[in-house]
Amino acid sequence: MKKDMELANEVIRISGANPIRCMKCGKCSASCPSFNEMEYAPHKFVDMVVHGRIEELMESKSIFHCLSCFACVERCPRGVEPAKIVEAIRVVKQRQIGENYLDANDIPAIVDEQIPQQALVSAFRKFKK
Amino acid sequence: MLKIGVFVCWCGSNIAATVDVKQVVEAVKLQQGVVFATDYQYMCSEAGQLIMRNAIEEYKLDGVVICSCSPRMHEATFRKNAERAGLNPFMVEIANIREHCSWIHKDVEEGTIKAIALANAAIAKVKLNAPLISGESGVTKRALVIGGGIAGIQTALDIAEAGFQVDIVEKSPTIGGNMAKLDKTFPTLDCSACILTPKMVDAAANPNIELLTYSEVEKVSGFVGNFKATIRKKARYINTDLCTGCGDCMSKCPSKKGKNEFNCGLNNRPAIYIPFAQAIPNVAVIDPVQCIKITKDKCGLCQTVCSAKAIDYKQQDEIIEREYGAIVAATGYKPIKLDKFDEYGYSQSKDVITSLELERLMNAAGPTGGKLVKPSDGSHPHTITFIQCVGSRDISGRGKCYCSKICCMYTAKHAMLIRDKYPDVNVNVFYIDVRTPGKNYDEFYRRAVEEYNVNYIKGQVGKVYESDGHLVLQASDLLNNEQILVNSDMVVLATAIEADESAKKVASMLTASIDTNNFLTEAHAKLRPVESPTAGIFLSGVCQGPKDIPETVSQASACAAKVIGLLSKAKLVTNPCVAHSDELLCNGCSNCANVCPYGAIGYETKLINDHGIRENRRVAVVNPALCQGCGACTVACPSGAMDLFGFSNSQIMAEVEAICKK
Repeated sequence: MKKDMELANEVIRISGANPIRCMKCGKCSASCPSFNEMEYAPHKFVDMVVHGRIEELMESKSIFHCLSCFACVERCPRGVEPAKIVEAIRVVKQRQIGENYLDANDIPAIVDEQIPQQALVSAFRKFKK
Repeated sequence: MLKIGVFVCWCGSNIAATVDVKQVVEAVKLQQGVVFATDYQYMCSEAGQLIMRNAIEEYKLDGVVICSCSPRMHEATFRKNAERAGLNPFMVEIANIREHCSWIHKDVEEGTIKAIALANAAIAKVKLNAPLISGESGVTKRALVIGGGIAGIQTALDIAEAGFQVDIVEKSPTIGGNMAKLDKTFPTLDCSACILTPKMVDAAANPNIELLTYSEVEKVSGFVGNFKATIRKKARYINTDLCTGCGDCMSKCPSKKGKNEFNCGLNNRPAIYIPFAQAIPNVAVIDPVQCIKITKDKCGLCQTVCSAKAIDYKQQDEIIEREYGAIVAATGYKPIKLDKFDEYGYSQSKDVITSLELERLMNAAGPTGGKLVKPSDGSHPHTITFIQCVGSRDISGRGKCYCSKICCMYTAKHAMLIRDKYPDVNVNVFYIDVRTPGKNYDEFYRRAVEEYNVNYIKGQVGKVYESDGHLVLQASDLLNNEQILVNSDMVVLATAIEADESAKKVASMLTASIDTNNFLTEAHAKLRPVESPTAGIFLSGVCQGPKDIPETVSQASACAAKVIGLLSKAKLVTNPCVAHSDELLCNGCSNCANVCPYGAIGYETKLINDHGIRENRRVAVVNPALCQGCGACTVACPSGAMDLFGFSNSQIMAEVEAICKK
């Protein structure tokens, strides 16, 4: 439970959003254009983050069905910003599954003198677990 | 050598839980001059006050320090008590160890250290206190009520009933306010006009009430019991003594394109108009922006048809100056603008309306004669959907952070009235929470569900759009965890209410405080709910916060009771803690007069004997009847001539020194 909340707090921190402000009006889910594709609708999503159920969300396809249209962010009367929370979980998920877009062995071939070193270091950090 | 007594209050656990009161008592006993110190659970109780009186008599105390709550709470209590024991009431000082200490700290050790420091400061101050004698000022036996809605009318009627003169200043051409626009009123469903218009007539007929409609208060000066107000009576272009309210001018006026304010702009009115048939006063007014005689010097038809010869295109604004003992703010509310809520389609579709507009559409005296039709084409609607909390409970910056309080009940009322009159119409209500506390209120809402089959759906609406000639609502049905599409012929938005735009201006004129939502602040949220913290200023109705009609009327009467209490007094005791000027130090620079908000400082040329040098000097003189003891002048004075009784510069420095001393 404690670990779950730590993960949830990390997600909240990354997102910059504030799910505890939610008053459960359902406006986000009412606005969501991909509601029918979502296993967990936006209002459910926010509630699950509040209760630390991050791992379930990370396993759900919902996080990739969100279109990032930001209608929920725009219309939420409480400034909860659900789409930003979804985005944060996507980021955590991508980092954890280690979907390396860069393989160390491929680097010498693609590197040229124009690429700043910092960009390579950042790419490793971003996409490596 | 002065003999000081110190009394430390526990305030139950409010203070004692965070401050070690015994330790405070022991610490203050070490202070020079303190001959008695004790603690007690509730110093403000009769038993606590007796301890204080006994100590004053037994130890022949010259000064008393109470370590307790804020002086705003109980300074008057303890001063009165000192007087009962024969001590001058201004020899009492309060060390605020509750609001300034125990309530804001958690650590007992640090809280105790701070409490001792505050007690020592008060002891240092009280040693420099001098006995002061309160003066007296008169009370003008007349009240001013700003706002002529149901709140202002009720307050004025009650004050007038007690025999005092009241003026109601209303900015629009008629009294009645928002309530006059309503159809029926919850929870008993009596028609608004039937219960309001008799009160409007009473107000007009009461010899103690003067109605100043189409007027605004421009300036207020003075203080409790002795206010002076400047009121602008805007030109109506009508001689109100001659106008009979026949309405002939309205039918002849060729300029009929004015938005009818009374019908929320749902239809038009002529440039010369009477707001509605039951308007008080029932006289016409000309809209100077719309009238082509006034703007272009053409037409003049109304003047030719007016058999009473009441029309005067040359009429000017009139300025009235009056004196009042008390002023009541009753500025009311208006629905918020919906321009930030495009998702509901209010600006796109005529069939999306606000609840106040629905009131006019259902009102027998409204633009459709009470027949409920779609505003777009005048046809009969088959489905009507209500959306609650439009702009209420909204912290995103688009709406208002508070609950508007009245919408749940009026939406249930609308739903029920529609189902009753048109049983073929389906009614849906989208809600977040249904909040219906109050006598017979929840029963009222349940009747809408159980007897009138109104379909309540828990969830908000995401958007409203037009498709195939009807409106579609895309919404959440949270209990079924579904996103649903609902077809509807009309959509009614339960729009949040906000303080009227005049509230801010009125508050600053009255030096009455307002909160971040422009609602006027009460002196105490629980114990002084109808008074402003500024003496002599009272609050009536929604200007203090959202409330429905029963609550508004109760508060309006409570407000009147407070005004009557004030006006009944023959004399008011004035605060002796006023400013005074040391003529030897004064250089006549006028800084003090410039900052004085009460106009209490004047100048005199006096013969001054300055250490043997005799010369005429221009010096500041304080009128103690006008001075309210704010202290602004003492800070502005560059030569240190201005000082305040009870809060002298030396006393404040002594406090600072005591706090800084370890």
